[in-house]
Amino acid sequence: MSKKTGTLDPTRREKGFLGTGVAPWAGFGVTLRTFFERPVTEQYPFKGKYPPPYPRYHGRHQLNRHPDGLEKCVGCELCAWACPADAIYVEAGANTPEEQYSAGERHGRVYQINYLRCIFCGMCIEACPTRALTMTTFYELASAQRADMIYTKDELLAPAAGGMLAAPHPMAEGATDDDYYAGRVSGPTSQQVEWVERRRPDDPTLPTAREAARAARGPVRPPGAPPPRPPLPELEGGER
Amino acid sequence: MSAEMVTCVIDGIELEVEKNTLIIRAAEQAGIMIPRFCDHPLLKPVAACRQCLVDVASPAGPEGKLRAFPKPQPACAIAVTPGMVVNTQLTSAAARTAQEQVAELILINHPLDCPICDKGGECPLQNQAISTGRPISRFNDKKNTFPKPLQLTPQILLDRERCVLCQRCTRFAAQIPGDPFIALQKRGANQQIGRFDAATLGYAPSCGEAVDEAVDDSVTPAGEPFAGYFAGNVIQICPVGALTSAAYRFRARPFDLVSTASVAEHDSNCSTVRVDCRRGAVLRRMAGDDPNMGQEWITDKDRFAFRWQVAADRLRRPQVRVDGALQPVSWPVAIAAAAAILREAQAGTGVGVLPGGRLTLEDAFAYAEFARRVLGTDNVDFRARASSPEEAQFLAHHVAATGVGVTCDELVAAPAVLFAGFDPEDEGGVLFLRLRAAGTKVFSLAPFASRAIKRLGGRTIPLAPGAEAQFLGELAESAESAESAESAVVESAAAGARPAADVVELREALRAGGVIVVGERLATRPGAYAAALRAAQSTGARLVWIPRRAGERAAVEAGLLPGLLVGGRTADAVERDAALRLFGRERPPAGGMDLPRMLAAAAVGDLDALLIGGLEIADLPDPALAQVALRRTKVVALQVRGDELAEWADVVLPVAPPQEKTGTYINWEGRLRPFPQVLTSTAPSDARVLQAITDKLGYAVHFARVGKVHEVLEDLGAPEGRPAPPNRPAAAASPLAAGEAVLSSWRQLVDDAAGVAEEPYLTASSIAARARLAPATAEALGVTTGDVVTVSTARGAISLPLVVEAGMVEDVVHLPLKSPGSWVHATLGAADGSVVRLTASPAGPAKEEDE
Repeated sequence: MSKKTGTLDPTRREKGFLGTGVAPWAGFGVTLRTFFERPVTEQYPFKGKYPPPYPRYHGRHQLNRHPDGLEKCVGCELCAWACPADAIYVEAGANTPEEQYSAGERHGRVYQINYLRCIFCGMCIEACPTRALTMTTFYELASAQRADMIYTKDELLAPAAGGMLAAPHPMAEGATDDDYYAGRVSGPTSQQVEWVERRRPDDPTLPTAREAARAARGPVRPPGAPPPRPPLPELEGGER
Repeated sequence: MSAEMVTCVIDGIELEVEKNTLIIRAAEQAGIMIPRFCDHPLLKPVAACRQCLVDVASPAGPEGKLRAFPKPQPACAIAVTPGMVVNTQLTSAAARTAQEQVAELILINHPLDCPICDKGGECPLQNQAISTGRPISRFNDKKNTFPKPLQLTPQILLDRERCVLCQRCTRFAAQIPGDPFIALQKRGANQQIGRFDAATLGYAPSCGEAVDEAVDDSVTPAGEPFAGYFAGNVIQICPVGALTSAAYRFRARPFDLVSTASVAEHDSNCSTVRVDCRRGAVLRRMAGDDPNMGQEWITDKDRFAFRWQVAADRLRRPQVRVDGALQPVSWPVAIAAAAAILREAQAGTGVGVLPGGRLTLEDAFAYAEFARRVLGTDNVDFRARASSPEEAQFLAHHVAATGVGVTCDELVAAPAVLFAGFDPEDEGGVLFLRLRAAGTKVFSLAPFASRAIKRLGGRTIPLAPGAEAQFLGELAESAESAESAESAVVESAAAGARPAADVVELREALRAGGVIVVGERLATRPGAYAAALRAAQSTGARLVWIPRRAGERAAVEAGLLPGLLVGGRTADAVERDAALRLFGRERPPAGGMDLPRMLAAAAVGDLDALLIGGLEIADLPDPALAQVALRRTKVVALQVRGDELAEWADVVLPVAPPQEKTGTYINWEGRLRPFPQVLTSTAPSDARVLQAITDKLGYAVHFARVGKVHEVLEDLGAPEGRPAPPNRPAAAASPLAAGEAVLSSWRQLVDDAAGVAEEPYLTASSIAARARLAPATAEALGVTTGDVVTVSTARGAISLPLVVEAGMVEDVVHLPLKSPGSWVHATLGAADGSVVRLTASPAGPAKEEDE
């Protein structure tokens, strides 16, 4: 057992004669060793590739879509309510037959996140009741303009990929908003595709959506099919 | 009045409450909140939701031993009895369990769609599910669903899934306004709220005409049954999100809103409202609690009509006419232009001041000061409606500087109320609800029983417009001539087919402390104000003037009438030192013109300039003359909005609407109703603009400070004497020629007013305009309900579908004054009481009536 000295670190053992003699030069050993190692410095963003973050990194937000392309956001503002930095601004709107953006009656008409305020805590993600708002791992958020740092709905909305049909378009025939939330709608139906073809023939999501609709032949649960649970005696007046 | 008190114990707290206090109210006094849905202090208890179950024990038997009820009891329906011991959810496990289970039951069919529900965040169901509900529901089956939303009225949406069947809305509709537009339907698990809908009810027309005899058959412009002027209140009292507002749908969350307690600007009740805004825009208005006036109710106009203040034709920049067209200019340029016009006119034939009837006391005072001290004119008249010099005399004599007169509480507690030239609902707003709630006995001098009178269970003394003065005079005479029942009024009542018993009853009720309410429509009846004053004096009844607009009482107090100065002083009776102090001269300007004379003078070039504020041409009794006058003279306009200004204004000075300024209204009781500025704004008040012109003109007169008028009024105190009452005799009605009728007309509560601009849901829920005739008159004309009749004058004609009104006075036709399709002033150039021609629809084949 070495006796304790007056050093700041009580665990440090007092050096012997050799140790004391070599100590002033020992640090150079590290220097010498790194002469022969590869440098770890990332020349980001000037050189090299985008350094990948961890998969759960809290990056920029994304507003997701249902598989048929309708938006998941219902404009409930719970994200704005949960936000400790007051970074989110939402205004809701009513869906109409001609302008159906999300499943059900209500959609997020205005959606803004101010990334000068956002602290990436993820409370908004936890608050979102429809899984509309999630976070990507994208972190390249910088601008010389303050206004550019307020991301609006068109920037946050996920692209209509994988056979999705860009909103607005009607909900899948016979489906309710519950069906959407329960994942019983797996992609656009041919009626939805036709609806968009009639109104926006140049919509860029049409070709893939058409293909997806042809492949799936409508929603997974066709209208009128029983819900997963065995049905109970239907209450009169309880029509859907 | 000291009420009988009883002592009880709630959660171990001993307290003394008034007898007949409900347990739930007594608990509130002890600071204990019992959860509830159906309970509402202004509605009768129903114990429908069962959420307020508590453990109750009360002394029973000869020894008065405390005996507990076998089961928890609803606290909202049981009154406290002496010695009662109540244990709420805070102290009783049984009560707690009962409440939890009721909450669980209520939530069984609730869709839990709080994220898309407008009530989310301010929802009693949300709050109480958390405070008293079970953490987990045991219900694991399919919920009852309904298509949603159901449009109850264009502005009220019903989501039946969310409803907990507390019946607050149906009880409100039946108990408070008596507009049964909503009811419980079906039974058991299928029970739901709704309005008559054949599809929902499975109603087949073949099973007989089951439509019960409605109080009225008023319909909306779309032809649906009218749901009343107070229907919007059900949105506010709904404890869940079942009833929502179409105009506010999905607009905001409670935490987005900044609320300001304010005062509604639409009628002279000046109801208390809460204004909710988000990011500089008002999104909704809710009723505030005003126990002295509307209690917790407001009219739909007060609730829904607020976007007029930011309508498309809102004026944002000062404008000056350059080369025949209005050009936007800076404020200093516009003020200088206004000052130049007024200075020139002052040197010429003079200036007329028409400030309109919607001003705050502060702004009204500014106009009065500006007119008398700066312009040195007495040409000032706030009445942008049919009026008369007699009315000005009456206001100076009876209204100005009288302070708080008959209050709403006193009015509804009176043994009887007589309405003359006043409809308690269309022109009275929430006053109607108070009268109905109190069950006040009402009499109305009107050509027919209006919706309001029918629902108040009131008596109508059928009189053609213009006959009120004579009737009131006879009433006074009969009251003066001692106890004689065989008096003139009874005789003439018998002759005029009026129920004589009603008239005698009216006279006796007035003697017992009744109230006579006179409205602005009496202005067009020569001698009516004099007769009303006499009737009040001889019967000992109190007399109260209830104007329609919010700013009229304040304008009277500020002296915006020819010959009437601030604080009820008159130009000829003002004390010398007061005149010096107030006007800087010994005699204030006098001999001014009223609005019709000013317009007539301006039309022929005898008035060089008009200073107008908040004036709508179509509201004036003769819009055609006003158009001529305004085009002929120079016009300086202080307005909030106005597209029509482009035609004739020379200087436009945009002023702040009520929500962008602070001020004080005076309601018809005489109570000051101050309100704060709701929105941040750079728009100046009328007073500030007038002050800027004053400064530009070089006068050392200061009136724009908000507190100034209150200091002046306090300094002046009550006037010593009152000016003479009007004493014009009643005019005999001129005989009607064949095919002629007397026009009866007043404004419906929601009509084509400037105040309902850009409120499509509200206007879609209003009453469609209809013409009304007595059965005999209709028969003589060969028309019946549903046919179109045409009312015409030399100037124009109005054709409307007819409603034959039983019990209506013959040879009288009633039209709404400014409803869509019935702009009486503008189209006919006629007013209430005018003689018009009446024909059956000219569209009808060979139905031309022209005797």
